[in-house]
Amino acid sequence: MNDLSGTPTAPLLEIRHLSKSFGAVQALKEVSMTIRAGEVVALAGDNGAGKTTLIKAVSGVYAPSGGEILLDGQPVRFASPQEARDRGIETIYQDLALADNLTIGGNIFLGREPMRKALGFLPVLDRRRMAEAARETMARLDFHVSRMDAPVSNFSGGQRQAVAIGRAVYWNARVLIMDEPTAALGVPEQRKVIALIHQLKAQGRGVIFISHNLQDIFAVADRIIVLRRGVEAGERRISETSHEEVVRLMVGG
Amino acid sequence: MTSDPHIDRAAPVAPPADHGAGRLTLLQRIAKLRAWLFLGALLLFFEGWARIVYGGTFLGNTYNLQSIAIFAVARLLLATGQTFVIISGGIDLSLGFIMGLAAVVAAHVVVWANPLMPAPVAVLVGFLAGVLIACIPGAVNGFLVAYLKVPPFIGTLGMFGVARGVAFLLAGGTTVPVSNPVLSALGNSRLFGSIPWTVIIAAVFILLMHYVLSQTRFGQHNYAIGANPQAARRAGIDIRKHLFRLYVLSGACAGLAGVLYTAQFSAGAAQAGEPLLLDSVAAVVIGGASLFGGSGTILGTVAGAFVIAVIQYGLVFVDVKPFWQFISVGVVIIISVLIDQAQRSFSGGRQSE
Ligand SMILES: Nc1ncnc2c1ncn2[C@@H]1O[C@H](COP(=O)(O)OP(=O)(O)OP(=O)(O)O)[C@@H](O)[C@H]1O
Ligand SMILES: [Mg+2]
Repeated sequence: MNDLSGTPTAPLLEIRHLSKSFGAVQALKEVSMTIRAGEVVALAGDNGAGKTTLIKAVSGVYAPSGGEILLDGQPVRFASPQEARDRGIETIYQDLALADNLTIGGNIFLGREPMRKALGFLPVLDRRRMAEAARETMARLDFHVSRMDAPVSNFSGGQRQAVAIGRAVYWNARVLIMDEPTAALGVPEQRKVIALIHQLKAQGRGVIFISHNLQDIFAVADRIIVLRRGVEAGERRISETSHEEVVRLMVGG
Repeated sequence: MTSDPHIDRAAPVAPPADHGAGRLTLLQRIAKLRAWLFLGALLLFFEGWARIVYGGTFLGNTYNLQSIAIFAVARLLLATGQTFVIISGGIDLSLGFIMGLAAVVAAHVVVWANPLMPAPVAVLVGFLAGVLIACIPGAVNGFLVAYLKVPPFIGTLGMFGVARGVAFLLAGGTTVPVSNPVLSALGNSRLFGSIPWTVIIAAVFILLMHYVLSQTRFGQHNYAIGANPQAARRAGIDIRKHLFRLYVLSGACAGLAGVLYTAQFSAGAAQAGEPLLLDSVAAVVIGGASLFGGSGTILGTVAGAFVIAVIQYGLVFVDVKPFWQFISVGVVIIISVLIDQAQRSFSGGRQSE
């Protein structure tokens, strides 16, 4: 479960000429991108540029109107987010992800709870196993939590984000997609999420994240793709670009 | 991983220490146990009263305890079903008349079966009929709420009317008396001469429901759905199927309450559960559940139901006007909810927006 990194050059996920229109509105026009294992790709662009539309088309929420998606080189089509998740593409939603009243373990295993036999015959939830797996998973994300039996409502926004990511990590997500994961957080919490993305990268997972915060993008991404009114305005290696250039791509000109 | 220069740049303030979240504050502890604290306080009060005013004992008198337990049976069973429903974020207003319907049907069936089969079998058949009949309005509730997306308050309010009408029609507008020796023995005799059989049956059932809520996937999913239905759906839980089963279960709880009523009184009555519906909601709330869903336990509800039963019986015991019951139960509900809200806003625990 630890080693997800293949050859650094083999693309995990490839998006080719993806388009999506809503009636007369073409939100996305022939956008292409590639994610390799252990790579963090940032999606940037002005409001309405098509960033959310792109990741929803990739994660099975929208059916693309054109283009194709390849996973490990094989063309795939996801009829639902569930199908994308089953293939290892996990989207981290800001609010929808967690049941606040359950523990970290309860959330990680939600819908797939492990059972054990009490007294040799009575099936009961295996809370210890859930707690241990949760502790281990969170430790791998560098989150050390004292009480595994507390509901996640006791945790901060960044910690809850970590739990949602932990859930994806536990179930072996290979590509994690995050739409503005730091937007609702305070500065220390934002840093924590950025550190989390570094952990995911180190574990050989692919990460796509949307952000309006160039500082975050430059702190963690390997590449940046800038969208403008549904088209790709440019793609740059972070090491070879600057804030100014990215802003120029975003506004055009 | 800390050798990665990015991390030092991005997160210089976060040592991998204990993040400290998740400790229960004192207020949270009190809020969790509030029903038991109420119960303890009430029992102390009545015990003190008995000693000072009557020169006797309240708790030491098994008659008092038996009476409270018998009195609590139907409230406990309705409140058990209600606990499941309220945790899921719903409410079941039809439980009282589902109980009445089950009581009437059980009585009719035992009367019908009496000449056809041995007395114990007739009782068994009557009980099964009562509980199964109760599952029908439960299933309709479930269908309305789960598949037709009718708000639980409205759907079960409709069923409140339907079950009420059907129960009175079946009872012919009166009570349905039964004469069956096994039935009356079940309703009135005691194990070891002290524990009423109806209480034992209710206790075993409630223990089973406690297991279902706290130890099974059904229970776990019930909590998740009450807190965040989207998260539950995203996790692959079939919410509609769950809700359907949930309302059938709560109907069955009311059905059991109905047939035990028939045993206790050797008669079925459509209005058997009429005054108990609001008590069931009150027991759940006093027991620590939130009407917004997502929280509550069977053990808390048991304490809540006993708080109500002890108030109602105890005030008769101290011989004040019965109207004080309503006031006392009302005050306990309000205090209980205030504790809950204080706990939410003052406990350092953060709530998501
Ligand atoms: N479900 C929809 N139906 C119709 N139009 C839509 C829908 N979703 C998005 N759009 C349109 O598609 C375009 C791209 O929207 P999208 O949400 O992808 O932008 P974004 O880059 O995520 O913007 P933001 O930074 O504000 O989140 C916008 O013009 C938007 O109005
Ligand atoms: Mg967006």
